[in-house]
Amino acid sequence: MNIAVCVKHIPDPNLPGELDGQRLKREGVQGTLDPGDEFGVETALQLKQAHEGEVTLVSMGPPQALEGIRRGLSMGADKGVLVSDDSLQGADALITARVLAAAIKRTDFDLVIAGVESTDGYTGTMPSTLAELLGVPQLTFTNAIEATGDALKVHRQTVDGYQVVECSLPALITVTAGVNEPRYASFKGIMAAKKKPVEELSVADLGLSADDVKVAQNIVDISQAEERKAGEVIEDDGSGAAKIADYLKEAKVI
Amino acid sequence: MDLDLSQEQRDFVRVMRGFVDDAIRPNAERWDEEHALPMDAVKQMAELGLFGLPFPEEYGGSGADFLTLCLAIEEIAKVDSSLAITLEAAVGLGAMPVYRFGTDEQRAKWLPPLATGDALAGFGLTEPGGGSDAGATRTTARLEDGEWLVNGSKSFITNSGTDITSFVTVTALTGSEDDRKEISAIIVPTGTEGFDVGKGYRKMGWWHSDTHELSFNDCRVPQGNLLGERGQGFKNFLKILDDGRIAIAALAVGLAQGCVDESIRYAQERSAFGRAIGSFQGLQFKIADMAMKTELARQAYYRAAWLKEKNRPYKKEAAMAKLYASEIAVDVARDAVQVHGGYGYIEEFPVCRHFRDSKILEIGEGTSEVMRILIARELGLPEA
Ligand SMILES: Cc1cc2nc3c(=O)[nH]c(=O)nc-3n(C[C@H](O)[C@H](O)[C@H](O)COP(=O)(O)OP(=O)(O)OC[C@H]3O[C@@H](n4cnc5c(N)ncnc54)[C@H](O)[C@@H]3O)c2cc1C
Repeated sequence: MNIAVCVKHIPDPNLPGELDGQRLKREGVQGTLDPGDEFGVETALQLKQAHEGEVTLVSMGPPQALEGIRRGLSMGADKGVLVSDDSLQGADALITARVLAAAIKRTDFDLVIAGVESTDGYTGTMPSTLAELLGVPQLTFTNAIEATGDALKVHRQTVDGYQVVECSLPALITVTAGVNEPRYASFKGIMAAKKKPVEELSVADLGLSADDVKVAQNIVDISQAEERKAGEVIEDDGSGAAKIADYLKEAKVI
Repeated sequence: MDLDLSQEQRDFVRVMRGFVDDAIRPNAERWDEEHALPMDAVKQMAELGLFGLPFPEEYGGSGADFLTLCLAIEEIAKVDSSLAITLEAAVGLGAMPVYRFGTDEQRAKWLPPLATGDALAGFGLTEPGGGSDAGATRTTARLEDGEWLVNGSKSFITNSGTDITSFVTVTALTGSEDDRKEISAIIVPTGTEGFDVGKGYRKMGWWHSDTHELSFNDCRVPQGNLLGERGQGFKNFLKILDDGRIAIAALAVGLAQGCVDESIRYAQERSAFGRAIGSFQGLQFKIADMAMKTELARQAYYRAAWLKEKNRPYKKEAAMAKLYASEIAVDVARDAVQVHGGYGYIEEFPVCRHFRDSKILEIGEGTSEVMRILIARELGLPEA
């Protein structure tokens, strides 16, 4: 089973983000492989262990996004593809999907894996768009995956449980954080990653035109996220437990 | 001049930080309370390849340089000195003598399980009668019918009594020639008849590292268990200790850095007289000094490791790094407790454990006095 995993190099989410005009500042800041993507890489590595094949990491980003790919390669992926092009600065989710689709189509894939959403942009729309552009079925929010030769059976997380969904390959899945425990890269893995091939491509290499990557989305305004509200205190006058149960029910936790 | 770590080393440090945060930090205090080496943690460290870092891949290692091992030890020691010394002793004292002085046959037999972390080994030099004066070894080994007959005892031997300890290399008198004692190193496998492992010590610190007194009563081991040339045991272990000192310096730097980090955090959270205690100049100066000493000690061990990697003399620099790093670690840990006030004296706060764990650093693998003697000799001063 050949697997393409979408990986994104993002500003380190443990550091306070900075703005560059209306966008998140990406240049000159400490970057990291999106922690959410580590679950995708781990999923791919586990599927590879069971079904053989090759794991290819596909990323779009500035040249330093190579670091994110290296991280995934040091975990054990086989090779990488990085699409890097000045014309992609400020690309939105649609363009990202278009570029990744073009890059993934060049590979001989059975399965595409992405995180549910990126830890920097949080649009969560890229994977669905990508599946559409690739013309393959998509299984989103998966938190357990079973593959049999040419089909998949997954648990699809919902608000109050999960659905069991099956589909044929090729397909695209998005994996939730917690689907597995991503392995740590060993020093040997880090050294081996240095020798693994990473293909660096431009927009033209993918056969896309300037129009294909022209941003149509316009950022009108940005504002601070609402501060987290103070917790709600329930005084126990005998009905405390019931009130907490009601609250949890409303939050659909129970 | 280039003072940067390599890209691979930086990547590895990041992995180590993630690993320490996930697997060690949440458990360190509990493990310490349990006073036993947590074998699950040893297994996780093994899976990460830590026990084989500096050994070639043909023996199950990772082929990393010595500094990379030190970086791993430093990262673990920021949070947990017991596990850091377990790794340091396993690689530096347990496996390294076999790798450096063993025959191909001995390496092939003993090294792979150590490099993969499936087994641990100890190195027994110190005796009840003395550690600093290592030449005064009383343990004896006599060749009899093609076997070594080992008699004597060893004190404070790290990793010597775990469930996966496969052997202890001991230094022993194998004869004397023209008044010169002949000291050799001999591998004594766990389970050899007459090899007794004493109960674990009740220590000031390093509570969940494994340390035992060992006794050997007519232990018979094959003649082929002689490690290195006969009579070279003393010289060889001095070489092993030179490397070990750099690693102990890394451990001390880790402990000190852990104390600095905890102190910065606490000084910002705790308030007195209506403001954060970290805003008082008295504490700011203290923490600034702690951070400065830690950074300088780090540079000292980096440089010693770099000299070693370049095959240049590093004996003096290794001794200086060990001496300086261990002494500042004790100072920094004591100051970190001070920054924490009464809470620094309570086990729930890591600096309490760090303070207890720091003192041994001025003693193990050569006391501060021995380091000064060594440095003085390297400076050309006459021997006493
Ligand atoms: C937790 C722990 C783990 C250890 N692990 C190991 C291990 O795995 N393997 C191993 O072989 N050993 C191990 N040791 C032993 C350690 O290396 C020795 O304790 C240390 O070398 C000091 O030896 P000693 O205890 O016999 O002290 P001594 O040598 O008796 O020294 C007592 C004091 O006298 C001073 N002194 C001695 N000679 C001189 C001199 N010429 N000039 C000035 N001062 C002097 C010393 O510096 C010290 O202050 C461990 C010890 C501990 C506590």
